[in-house]
Amino acid sequence: MLAMNYRGPLRIRVDRDRPVPEIEHPYDAIVRVTRSLICGSDLHLYHGLVPDTRVGMTFGHEFTGVVEEVGSGVQNLKVGDHVLVPFNIACGTCPFCKQELYGNCHESNPEATAVGGFFGYAHIGGGYDGGQAEYVRVPYADVSPTVIPAGMDIEDAVLLTDVVPTGYQAAEMGGIRKGDTVVVFGAGPVGIMAARCAWLFGAGRVIVIDHIDYRLEFVKKYSYCEAYNFREMDDPVMFLKRQTDWFGADVCIDAVGCDASGSAMQTITGKKLLLQAGAATALHWAINSVKKGGIVSVVGVYGPPFNLIPMGSLMNKGITLRANQASVKRLLPKLIDHVMAGRLDPKGIITHRVPLEEISDAYHIFSMKQDNCIKPLLIPPRASWA
Amino acid sequence: MENVKIEPDQIISIDRQLANSPKDHIPGWGIDADPENDPTYPMKNWNGADYERFNYQKPPQQPVRFEVFHSIERPGITRVFGTSTPPRGLSGRIRSYAYKYSEATSAHWMTLLLADRVDSVEGIISDLKSGTIPNIFKERGWTAEWKYNRAGLVDKVVTGLVVTTVLISLLSSRRK
Repeated sequence: MLAMNYRGPLRIRVDRDRPVPEIEHPYDAIVRVTRSLICGSDLHLYHGLVPDTRVGMTFGHEFTGVVEEVGSGVQNLKVGDHVLVPFNIACGTCPFCKQELYGNCHESNPEATAVGGFFGYAHIGGGYDGGQAEYVRVPYADVSPTVIPAGMDIEDAVLLTDVVPTGYQAAEMGGIRKGDTVVVFGAGPVGIMAARCAWLFGAGRVIVIDHIDYRLEFVKKYSYCEAYNFREMDDPVMFLKRQTDWFGADVCIDAVGCDASGSAMQTITGKKLLLQAGAATALHWAINSVKKGGIVSVVGVYGPPFNLIPMGSLMNKGITLRANQASVKRLLPKLIDHVMAGRLDPKGIITHRVPLEEISDAYHIFSMKQDNCIKPLLIPPRASWA
Repeated sequence: MENVKIEPDQIISIDRQLANSPKDHIPGWGIDADPENDPTYPMKNWNGADYERFNYQKPPQQPVRFEVFHSIERPGITRVFGTSTPPRGLSGRIRSYAYKYSEATSAHWMTLLLADRVDSVEGIISDLKSGTIPNIFKERGWTAEWKYNRAGLVDKVVTGLVVTTVLISLLSSRRK
């Protein structure tokens, strides 16, 4: 089968003769991929920032597909079902899954207790090959994979596997009250969705901060918000203080993670010398820009060792810090409803539809922010383009 | 972009105006607002005493067909695990060493990063051994670079050629 093959930082190719995955466990399913996406967090892997990213691995944790085979213990899915597959691999029975912490399952990732099991996210995510391929092995197939509702566009469905739930949960974790001012750092796909979802909770004002002009223009229109370029400011924290009566925002959302720009010190120590787990610039700004007693919500992905953030301000301002991987299964019923009712328009963020064979170019375009790229969609050769 | 150097009083007025303005044009505005949702997800929930929470219903164990590392912060492997890229070669040995340390240590993570870099060199060696010459141009997506940033690509190539030429000249002059 055709599958993406990671060869080292910034190097990706397509294998044409990769073996089709097999059932390894009674609760497995084999899914033939119909659509997959490249996620901003895949770029952290692509840039070599995530430990235990092994050569030969296939990335991809956002995909839909048709069930081709099921293990002997699978009861809810059947061959031929067209499913969207949440990026979390969750057993459904451990104490964390029982609390709907499906992104923190205790029985899907042997290699890191701090991280749940994720498709195609290095061995820090459990060592599973991902969906940037023609076929994928899907463990615990009865738990998270969900049959795509009749009438739902496949492009909307594939975005429900990660981007929409992550953006929604970013807003949800912010505990937004009606009239709150919400600042979102990052105008990538998740930041765009977080800004859009902030309104669902009754935000009074939504401000997005980034440095890529085309993305700022996009988010202004798509998410009905204000958008500012931090390169045009002396100090984004001062700007946001001025914008919020000198109090600070009620809620700040970090939708950037470890690949942030904007601080030479963070970039050198985090991305060049790897002395910390990437650049924590956005989180630093979020903590400093939120009001006293405000909430900082983190969905940006960071590496595991540690990061430089202003702990003193966090403590002195009495900030609540909430963070997690999105618990996709928990949110799906509500989000499917929002999409079907037209309150959310996920596919509106897809800017590039690329054959899987051209994945190296797709990664490059997404990584380098070329051709006004917001979100690239990959289409395997045997999947219909319609 | 909007000029950020406006007077604070003006900004406060904009702030009030925006926060209080009707949001009729925004689909679903306020539909999920819930004052009871505080504290919101994720919350710390009590899930039983230690002996109770350990005895949860566990799925069957996936058969182990190759070496699977596990964090020393847990007693063994999980009931399912990924089968991608088992450890191999020198990088595999380095990874094995890294997994002797907990996730709380730099020794664990920095050693894994070192293994990743060794792995990428081993990948090239492995390719060459099997008769595959890596197409670095294609792998790095330079087809797209040529299409969308031709001047930048030319700059990179020319700079690379100049640096290589200078280095070769320096080395050959030293030998003489």
